[in-house]
Amino acid sequence: MAEDALNRDRPADSGPELLRMRGIRKEFPGVLALDGVDFTLRAGEIHALMGENGAGKSTLIKVLTGVHAPDSGTIELDGRPIRPRSAHDAVALGISTVYQEVNLVPYLSVAENFVLGREPRRLGRIDWREANRRAAEALARLEVRVDPASSLGSHSLAVQQMVAIARALDQNARILVLDEPTSSLDAREVERLFEVMRRLRAEGLGILFVSHFLDQVFAVSDRFTVLRNGRLVGELPARGTTRLQLVSLMLGREVDEETLAKRPEPAAPAPPMVEARALGRRGSVEGLGFSVAPGETVGLAGLLGSGRTESARLLFGADRADRGELRLDGRRVRVRSPRHALRLRFGFCPEDRKSSGIVPNLSVRENIVLALQARRGWLRRLSLRRQREIADRFIRALGIATPDAEKPVGTLSGGNQQKVILARWLASEPRFLILDEPTRGIDVGSKAEIERLMADLRKEGLAILFVSSELEEVVRNCHRVCVLRDRRQVGLLEGDRVDAGAILRTIAGGGEDA
Amino acid sequence: MRRSLHPTVWAFLAWLLLLAVNLAFTPGFFSVEVRDGRFYGSLIDVLNHSSPVLLAALGMTLVIATKGVDLSVGSVVAISGAVAALMVTKGQAPLPTVVAVSVGVGLALGLWNGLLVSVFGIQPMVATLVLMVSGRGIAQLLTDGQIITFQDPGLASVAGGSLLGLPNPVVVAACGLAVVAALARWTAFGTMVEAVGDNERAAHLAGVPTRWVKLGAYAVCGVGSAIAGLIVCSYTKAADANNAGLYLELDAILAVVAGGTAMTGGRFTLVGTVVGALILQTLTTTILTKGVPVQWTLVVKAVAVLAVCLLQSDQFRRTVLARRLAA
Repeated sequence: MAEDALNRDRPADSGPELLRMRGIRKEFPGVLALDGVDFTLRAGEIHALMGENGAGKSTLIKVLTGVHAPDSGTIELDGRPIRPRSAHDAVALGISTVYQEVNLVPYLSVAENFVLGREPRRLGRIDWREANRRAAEALARLEVRVDPASSLGSHSLAVQQMVAIARALDQNARILVLDEPTSSLDAREVERLFEVMRRLRAEGLGILFVSHFLDQVFAVSDRFTVLRNGRLVGELPARGTTRLQLVSLMLGREVDEETLAKRPEPAAPAPPMVEARALGRRGSVEGLGFSVAPGETVGLAGLLGSGRTESARLLFGADRADRGELRLDGRRVRVRSPRHALRLRFGFCPEDRKSSGIVPNLSVRENIVLALQARRGWLRRLSLRRQREIADRFIRALGIATPDAEKPVGTLSGGNQQKVILARWLASEPRFLILDEPTRGIDVGSKAEIERLMADLRKEGLAILFVSSELEEVVRNCHRVCVLRDRRQVGLLEGDRVDAGAILRTIAGGGEDA
Repeated sequence: MRRSLHPTVWAFLAWLLLLAVNLAFTPGFFSVEVRDGRFYGSLIDVLNHSSPVLLAALGMTLVIATKGVDLSVGSVVAISGAVAALMVTKGQAPLPTVVAVSVGVGLALGLWNGLLVSVFGIQPMVATLVLMVSGRGIAQLLTDGQIITFQDPGLASVAGGSLLGLPNPVVVAACGLAVVAALARWTAFGTMVEAVGDNERAAHLAGVPTRWVKLGAYAVCGVGSAIAGLIVCSYTKAADANNAGLYLELDAILAVVAGGTAMTGGRFTLVGTVVGALILQTLTTTILTKGVPVQWTLVVKAVAVLAVCLLQSDQFRRTVLARRLAA
């Protein structure tokens, strides 16, 4: 297999055991998050921790990194029992974590972040020259060349991640936990991260890798540990394991790989509902042009930073367009604000569900009725009974896993939060639904459910704008695809011309430009 | 893991404890007598004198729930009192007019705060600091730096009169509570306030009119403070621009926080705020009836509020409990 060829230099399962977790159990109120889970990490391996949302991946990582104390079970590092009591403790033991959202301080400089909390001192004062030198050196080892005095926030997320990794290595990390490190990186950045990971593997680090991208997992991992519903369902070598086997273990049901390359059913002919013509905004995105009829889905494809999210915000009025025009049912409209969009029966699931989607401390019910209530205005409050009806209906319809509708949304898993936001917009009875990366950072099962839901909504006559960085998803779900590059629409593919190759060629600037 | 009690429950327990202390050590604290068809007693005093704080704290609850704060409450009290006193001394205006104008002034000042915060995006603490400082100046300008005394029976009856045996301030505060509670729970305003305070960006994208919601919260706070101002000036039959409502904003914030609404915004509880205001006034009244030197009032209040906040802190309880188990 191609993946095997890529990893010929991969060491066999022979490295010494570095970490051994046995019988880890962790219960939260009402949820058994981990039920006697074992996990073993060898020195010099990249070990992918796989599972759906709520499988227990994050909890296991938090137990390992001292955020949660396990109810029972043992952790051994080099054969010695350890019991990290805090993240700080874990770092001191040599277990460092780099999260999806890099948890460093964007306003401080690269070097300041690098030495944060352990600044080199000279004569009682912080020796910034030394700090800059050390940061630059450590980053150079990862082949990142940035000015250590520049502020961290001015760099791409990829560079910020490298700073976090460099920081971890500088603290003598022996185990590196990478939790969804690639979700915000583009293909080139991912490849660079993988190179660094392989190099660290060769140096004898144990790397625990979590990703929802199967391709990436296969490209870089030596072994998989698969969790499902808080239980260990299998530990297997990457070599010789097929995608189908892995996905089947994760989902606990057989998945047919053939279904992964389907195209959406054609919609019944109808006049366009939403039409964009050369829509744009200074400094944001330009030349957006497409039309979408009831029952159709139009996709937005492009690399990270190509203007996908900007386009979605423009259409929803979160930013105002200052050029081109937008037509709804053939009539020209200027979407002034999200409230206005709501009145036009637009819906918008934003990309960053944590910062712009959920209202974490409000209940599932309150989150679901929020947009509908906003459309009715503050005086016409939905009665509690209506609210409960609506919430319960969507909890059932979307299969939101929550004990009841009164649970704060912030306590649900990512996939379920995403479903709550979808429910919020479906409850507002939209005609045109803008979904910006609705499948990001959620597990394979939830992804499939969301795609199925999109198909159902199309049948009900909704028009959908679907943003995704996964080409296969775009191809599977969209009748028409706008391809963006450098904040500008560079192509519009339709019908049979929609395939992953054509999209890629357009993104890369090949011959398919429309 | 056990679910921790709601902070309001802790506040309520603290208040009961305070009452229990009085039951044990303050003779006659719970006695209520009826004279001329009106109730008298320490408990009635507590209710009566907690009214101004409560009226200000109700609006403050909404403001804090939007992740804001209103430091201008005391100054609005002074301005409202000055306006009322001037109207009855200079113009012999009838009570309804006086009330309407004072409340109108409070509304305008509240909207001003809200405008600075929601439209111009100034940080709440800074935005309301402007009126906190300048408001007292405005009140002093209105009163020419003098304490204006009045004998107008109408305005005097705001604090001095009674209805159904209860002092008027208690009735007014109860009405205020009813109005704000209705606004918060019978309309969607309360939920919108919580959504804005919890995640403003998400609320905005969900179509919640975030600016109007914040404007509304500050407006309610301004109106409540103005009514508190009427009661305060009516107690003393005088408008004192320097001292009327001094530090009332801090008492209001304390009442809100002690009652279980977090300064970080989001969820709020009006019942908690009522309990918070009662704790503050019960303490003050206890100190007065026990004959403790008045100088001690502030210190004792601080200690008591600290105690309530510590009780509410999960972290504190865990630490103390862990210590005790270890010992």
